[in-house]
Parts: sequence; C-alpha cells; structure tokens
Amino acid sequence: MQDDQKKKLKLKVSAIKEGTVIDHIPAKNLFKVISILGLDSIENQITFGTNLESHKLGAKAIIKVTDKFFEDDEINKIALIAPHAKLNIIRDYEVVEKKVVEIPDTISGIVKCFNPKCITNNEQITTRFKVVAKDLISLKCKYCEKITNSNQIRMC
Amino acid sequence: MKKDLISITDFSKTEYLKIMKLAAEFEENPNQDLLKGKVVASLFFEPSTRTRLSFETAISRLGGRIIGFADPDSSSASKGETLHDTIKMVSNYADLIVMRHPLEGAARYAAEISPVPVINAGDGANQHPTQTLLDMYSILKTQGTLDNLNIFMVGDLKYGRTVHSLLMAMSEFENPIFNFIAPTVLEMPEEYKLLLREKGIKYYEHKEFTDIISAADIIYMTRVQKERFSDPIEYEQVKNVYILRNAMLEKTKPNVKILHPLPRVNEIHTDVDANQKAYYFTQARNGVFAREAIISHIMNVK
Repeated sequence: MQDDQKKKLKLKVSAIKEGTVIDHIPAKNLFKVISILGLDSIENQITFGTNLESHKLGAKAIIKVTDKFFEDDEINKIALIAPHAKLNIIRDYEVVEKKVVEIPDTISGIVKCFNPKCITNNEQITTRFKVVAKDLISLKCKYCEKITNSNQIRMC
Repeated sequence: MKKDLISITDFSKTEYLKIMKLAAEFEENPNQDLLKGKVVASLFFEPSTRTRLSFETAISRLGGRIIGFADPDSSSASKGETLHDTIKMVSNYADLIVMRHPLEGAARYAAEISPVPVINAGDGANQHPTQTLLDMYSILKTQGTLDNLNIFMVGDLKYGRTVHSLLMAMSEFENPIFNFIAPTVLEMPEEYKLLLREKGIKYYEHKEFTDIISAADIIYMTRVQKERFSDPIEYEQVKNVYILRNAMLEKTKPNVKILHPLPRVNEIHTDVDANQKAYYFTQARNGVFAREAIISHIMNVK
C-alpha cells in the first residue's frame, strides 16, 4: 500500500534532472510559499503538486524547481508557514543533499504585525520582528514592541 | 553615532544614573545655554499639552529654539503627508526631534529615517520613556536611593505603559520588591512578571486595595479607564475599588510618596492632596529637569 502510494506520488509530479524539490509543504500554504520564494517571477521550469496525501500534514504540496538551488537565508523565509518543509537537492536525477528549514532569529517582511495600531499597519513599512519563541512561534515587533503569536500570524 | 531615546530599555543603568545626576544639577541651576544656536523640532501628531509644555520649557531653559506643531490639524499630516516624509523634511531643519504620535512604533520608525536624534514623547500605548526617567528622578529625590524599595503599583496595570516602563527600569536596581494591586481584567501582563521571575525579583499580586500599602515606599497610582472594559458592569464593579483616600495613609511609612503620571480623575481623592505624602504635582515639576538632563545627554552637551 505504502509502496503504491509512493509510486503514485512519483507519477503525479515528474522528476527533474537538476534543481530543488521542496516537499512537505502544507497544501493550504503552497501559493504563499511560491510567492515568498518569488517563484512566480522566475523563468525556471517549475512543477508542483498539491492536495497530495500525507500522514503528517493531511494534505501536502510539493514544488520542483529546475536549475535552482536556494541559499539558506532564502529558504528559511518559508519556515513560518511550512515548518516541516524538506529540501532535496537534485543533481543528475539523484538526491545529493537533504535539508530542513529553520526558523530564523529575525524576520523582515513576510508577516504582518497583529497590532492594528502599529505604525507598520498604517504606513508603507517593511515589518521587522525578533523571533522570541520558535516552538510555538512568537514574534516581537521591532516598532510597536507587541508580540504576534502563531495563531495571529497573517502574511503581508 | 547619534543617540535616540525611544524605549526606556534603550538606556543602560549607567545612563539612568547619569540622567539622575544631571537632573539634580538642572534643578539647582535650570537656565543653562547649552543648546544655544540649536533648533529643536517639537512634533505633536496628537495633542498632549502637559508633555509638550514640559519639553518646550526644558528646551527654552537650555537656550534652544523650538519649531513644530502642537496638534496634527496644523501640520502637513492633515494633508495626508506620510510620517516618513514629515520626518525627512523636518530633519533637514532641526538638530533634534521630539515627537508624540498616536500610533505605536512611530518613534522607532522616525529614528530610523532621521539623521538627527529622536526623543519619543509617547507613541500610542507603547512607550513614554521620559515619563519613566522623571518618575525615577522623583523616587530618587524622595527616597535618597533607587535600591531596596518596595514599590506598589495600583489600578490599570495591563494597559498602563508608565507602570511597565517603570518596572523595567527599576528592575535594574538592587533588590526591589513589587506589589501589584489591580482587578483581574487589568492585571500586570505575564511577560513583565516573567521578566521579574527571571531576574529573581519578588512580586506580589493583590485584588484588594487595603492596609497592605503600609509596607510601601512608593505608591504609584494609575487611572482605571472605562474604555478598557468590554463589559460596562465589570467597570462599575471595580471603578471605585482603587481609590486612594487620605484615611488609608494613616498607617503607611513616613517616607512613602504617592506618584501618579497625571491626569488623575477620581483615583486619588482630593483629600490626599494636602498630605505631605502626596507627591504627584512636584513629580510633574521634576519632569522639566529630567527632560533637560535627557536632552543634554542625547545632544552630547553634558
């Protein structure tokens, strides 16, 4: 059964020769991940699958980007919305490296401050947060100094 | 590098002590031409007569000149100019910016944009650091020390920015004890209690405003504001519980002083005013000296 499923998954999204496969993205956040990584504005070949079965996530999504290798800083930006994402680095159809995402110590942009009276919600300003807790994410706004908790997180 | 004062934690303990020392000097000798030839912008995007007059008095006593506005209706903000553009423009003209703004984080943002120093004179419910420094100066003046004090905070401890900043600043000194008196809905937030626990500082929480204040060196009163309550019945139940009356001061220590950031409504009965333990009006006067000290420190003229 499991082998069957694996086979099906492989069939659903075709293999790539060189590039990066981002797996275990929560299905509902796929398009946010695409947008945060700027995949909607690059020329590379990209295939993705979504609403795939996953024991861990219920419904997961997967993205395969040809000829693209992400810097850690770049990829860690998705940690807030895809904390269990795994990266497979592909060279000549083989997985040569596996990476997990890590929540960075500071976050610029991406997330809105939950405080409606914060200056960042009233003027064009890039939000900046210090990550004060990583397990249950909590972010301290550099400007209004209020804490945005994981259940209050909204994307910019 | 320029110095700003946005949050009370921007200053170190050494800087707190320097401000205290300078404030005492300015109290002795308030008129000193240290800002001669300097222009200070006083930008009040929200009216606050008390704070503005205190700052403008401090600047005038230092010999500086003041430009600016007292309320947003007379500023370019009313034409829709962004804070960003106002600060860019004003920092071309002035050597220092003092600003008050209704939005939280506005002062930190202004300090990022401005090449000249920024002093936060209040940004919404967030920070008001010069109030804290004048509170500390008042405590030092009346107690002779900032160490080993038993500080009672009464009223709205949840939203009151002045109590939060004072707690942070006083936790830098030796062996303080805090007592919090507030209704459940206006309790001291967990993050501040956590900070005290991490520093090994003792604190006690009470619902009742009673004889327990006999242990106090400082009683810091705040206003319980009606608009903080979602349930009007809840407000009616607590609104008269946290009123300080002269009779309650009978058993208190001789050195105790009552502080209040003002304006008060009814939380300190007027029968307290004549008691020598009432200190809130002198506290406001100390604000000018504390602000002279802060400005001269920021401008590197002292």
